[in-house]
This record gives sequence, structure tokens and C-alpha cells, in this order.
Amino acid sequence: MTDLKQLYEAVVNGDAKTAHAITQQALAEGVDPLVLVNQHMIPAMDEVGRRFEASEYFVPELLIAARAMKSALDLIRPLLVARGDKPVGRVAIGTVKGDLHDIGKNLVASLLEGGGFEVIDLGVNVPPEKFIETVREKQANIVAMSALLTTTMPAMKTTIDALKQAGVRNQVKVLVGGAPITEKYAEEIGADGYSENAVGAVALAKKVVAA
Amino acid sequence: MHPLIGQLLGAGPVITDGAWGTQLQARGLALGEFPDAWNLSHPDRVAEVAAAYVAAGSRIILTNTFGANRLRLGDHGAADQVRQLNQAGVKLSRQAAEGRARVFASIGPTGKMLLSGDVSEEEMAAAFAEQARALAEAGADGLVVETMADLQEATLAVKAAVETGLPVVACMVFDSGKAKDRTLMGNTPEQAAEALAAAGAEVIGANCGQGIAGFEPICRRLKAATDRPIWIKANAGLPRMIEGRPHYDTTPEEFAGHIPALIEAGASFVGGCCGTSPAFIAAVCRVLAARP
Repeated sequence: MTDLKQLYEAVVNGDAKTAHAITQQALAEGVDPLVLVNQHMIPAMDEVGRRFEASEYFVPELLIAARAMKSALDLIRPLLVARGDKPVGRVAIGTVKGDLHDIGKNLVASLLEGGGFEVIDLGVNVPPEKFIETVREKQANIVAMSALLTTTMPAMKTTIDALKQAGVRNQVKVLVGGAPITEKYAEEIGADGYSENAVGAVALAKKVVAA
Repeated sequence: MHPLIGQLLGAGPVITDGAWGTQLQARGLALGEFPDAWNLSHPDRVAEVAAAYVAAGSRIILTNTFGANRLRLGDHGAADQVRQLNQAGVKLSRQAAEGRARVFASIGPTGKMLLSGDVSEEEMAAAFAEQARALAEAGADGLVVETMADLQEATLAVKAAVETGLPVVACMVFDSGKAKDRTLMGNTPEQAAEALAAAGAEVIGANCGQGIAGFEPICRRLKAATDRPIWIKANAGLPRMIEGRPHYDTTPEEFAGHIPALIEAGASFVGGCCGTSPAFIAAVCRVLAARP
């Protein structure tokens, strides 16, 4: 039998090759894919998050851990889809209209995928209509918006207002983040949550879909 | 040490300039508009900002070229304007300086991340080299690689800038980790000082990311880690949004009050970043003039 602790270790250490190989072996041996995800990979990402909060890990370690997680999930997801299991949630993510800075958004997208979410990455400079269309057509249940500039953050409110006008605001949870964003601002514009970093964003996304 | 750096430091700590973006906004730059484009579309207003810093007492002023690299300009559909925007930026600062201040031209990050594979090292190095050449040809006295979050990117920029033969200042943003003493990518002041000096930077420092109070320990650690002079440009605190516009809480006097401690901690070049203005530079000049 494959030692599944190695999968946990591989994700924590960002070793994509090993994560992929162990997952492949375990699946061949008939281990339930959900066991791999819930008992080994998600605890590994939790540990990665803990290390980030403790300033032991920084962005590079987060990114490679998310990549290791993804290399395992690429094997697992088709199996889950085939048997009708749903992702934790479906996220439409993008930087708001006018904002072209996507480093933070990309990091959050990787970590959300690592956390078991299906991520629809709309890229940069995303107009409100695009978010609305994705909510309607792809049934996203989370809209995640990023803005790096004080000059573009008002577009978050515009987008939330547009979701309301389109009548889809109640179908989604809206999460916001980015350097100038604060908890208070998120509240003011009627978002459902704010996180100051990518690790917190995953925890927040899990919380709002469970609520 | 580069002769120009030696000459500047001969008269004691050197006062640099403050923020440009907020000054341009005060002159009509729209929220979300790309500031560097104003070098060609509103040169008179860019020159006003430069002149205001010279009048306030800056001995070094920067240029409105922070985002004028090919990768970032590409996002604004202006990748073919690298040369024009950078050269116009240097020209405007030089005219405003009128020989009373030196012009150190600004090179900011590309906005792309090496680690995620958005861009290759070669593309990034080429973008910095192109910008550095344009700035040097237009007559900049020095180059400032600033607001860098990734030491690898900063190192590429410094190497490209050094090729011009101009003295190069390199500064990182330290705003991560519990003590706010790491870069986004987790590098310490010591690691940054070592890598940037090895890449050929004449002056090493920190800018942006946090209010001025947080800079003293970072400055001390940079100073201890390198024999190069230290450059510090702090923010006027972090912005609060009021009716859709950013407000910074630190006053010019409060800001200037921290400057002696920064110089004590080893800073040789001092100025301001986001939220600071000519009034901040004038206040820093008053505080330094009053020192025994």
C-alpha cells in the first residue's frame, strides 16, 4: 500500500511530481479519491496556510504548494466528476474593470483550486456584465474580485450594484481583496467577505459556501 | 562608490522627493488613468510636480516613468511608446530641476510574476534594458529601481540599469510577514542588500508598503548588511478611503519628525512615497536644517 503521508508531505513541500505519482499509485490501488482530498490534501493545504500565517511560508511556497495540490487534483477531478461529485464551490474570479494587476488574483485562484473549488478565471479588467454572465451561464456561486489601486476599487461597488440590478446578487457570495481594500470597505459596499491575503481567501470561500 | 553618489553625500543626508501619482491626480489625472502617459499628453502638469519638489528642497527628483516598461505599457496598448514616454519623463524632470537637483529616473516593477510563468527572465530583462537605455539617453543622472516586491525581478532590473553606466539605486517593499520586515516573496532586508549589491546597485533601500514608523528597523538592518549608502522613502501611513478617494493620515510634521531617527539608523537618502507631497519634503528640509 502507498504511504499516503507522502501525499501530505508532497503538498506541504510543494513537490508536484511526488504528489502526482503518489496520487496515481493510490488511485490504482483503489483508494477513494475523496479520501485523498479530504484526509490528506486539504489538511496539507491547511498546514501550508498555517505556516503562511506564522510567516514561515511566503508567496513562493504558497504557489508551489498550490501547484502540487493541482497536479494531484488533475488526476482526481475527472473521477469525481464522473461519479457526480460536485466541487466545493464554483468561483468566478477577476480583477475589476480598470485594474490590470493580476498577481494577487492569480495567487488566490491557484489556492482556491488547491482548496477544491472550481475556478473560472475571467482575467483582468473584468466588466460587471462579464461577472453577471458567468454567474448566469456557469452557475458560479462565488464572485471574487480583486483591485490593487485605490483608483479602481470603486469598481467593486459598481459590480455589486450591477449584480443586484441583474437580479443575481442572491445567488452568489461576493468576496473582495487587494492591497487598498479593508474589512470596513467590504462592508460598506455590501460584499459578503474580505480577506487580506490569499490563504485567508480560501478559508473565507469555504465559510461562505457552508453558510 | 560612483563619483556622483560620493559628491551628493559629501554635504550630508540627501533629501529626495515625494509621491507623484497623487500630485498628478491633484492636477486632474483621472482615477485609474495611466500616469506615465501624461509625459506626452500633459507635459506642463508633470513638469509642475517636478518643479514643486525642487522648490520644496529636493536635491534629487525622480521622473514620471515608474510604469513605462514594455510589459506594463503593453497592458495599456502603448508598448510602442517606451522610448518616447521615458525620454519625455527625463526631459520634464531635467527642465524643472534647472541644475538645482539631480534627476534619478524611476524604474518600477513590470506587474508580471516570474514564478507563475507569466513572463520569462529574458523578456523581463529585455524590458528593463530597453527602459534603462531610453532613460540614460535622455540624460538622467541616475536610475532608481523601486517598489520591487520580488528580489529576482529587482536583480534583473538592477543588472539592466547598471549596463547604462549610471549609478543605480535599488529599493524593495518590505510589507509582509508578521513584523512587516519581509518582501512579498519572503526575502529579508539582509538577503535583499546582499543580492542588490551583488547585482551592482550603488545605493540600496526600501520604499512604500507601510508608514514611516516601520522603516527604522528595516533601515538599521539594511545598513548593517551592506557598505552601500541607504535610501528610504516611506509612505504617509496607509490609505483610508473617504468617498472613493484615498486619504493618508500622517501629517508632514509627523513624517518629518521620524527623519532624524532614520538618519540615525543609517539612511543617507530620505524622501517620501505614497501620500507624501512637496509639503512633506519642505518639512523634512526644515527638520534637517535644524539639526545641530
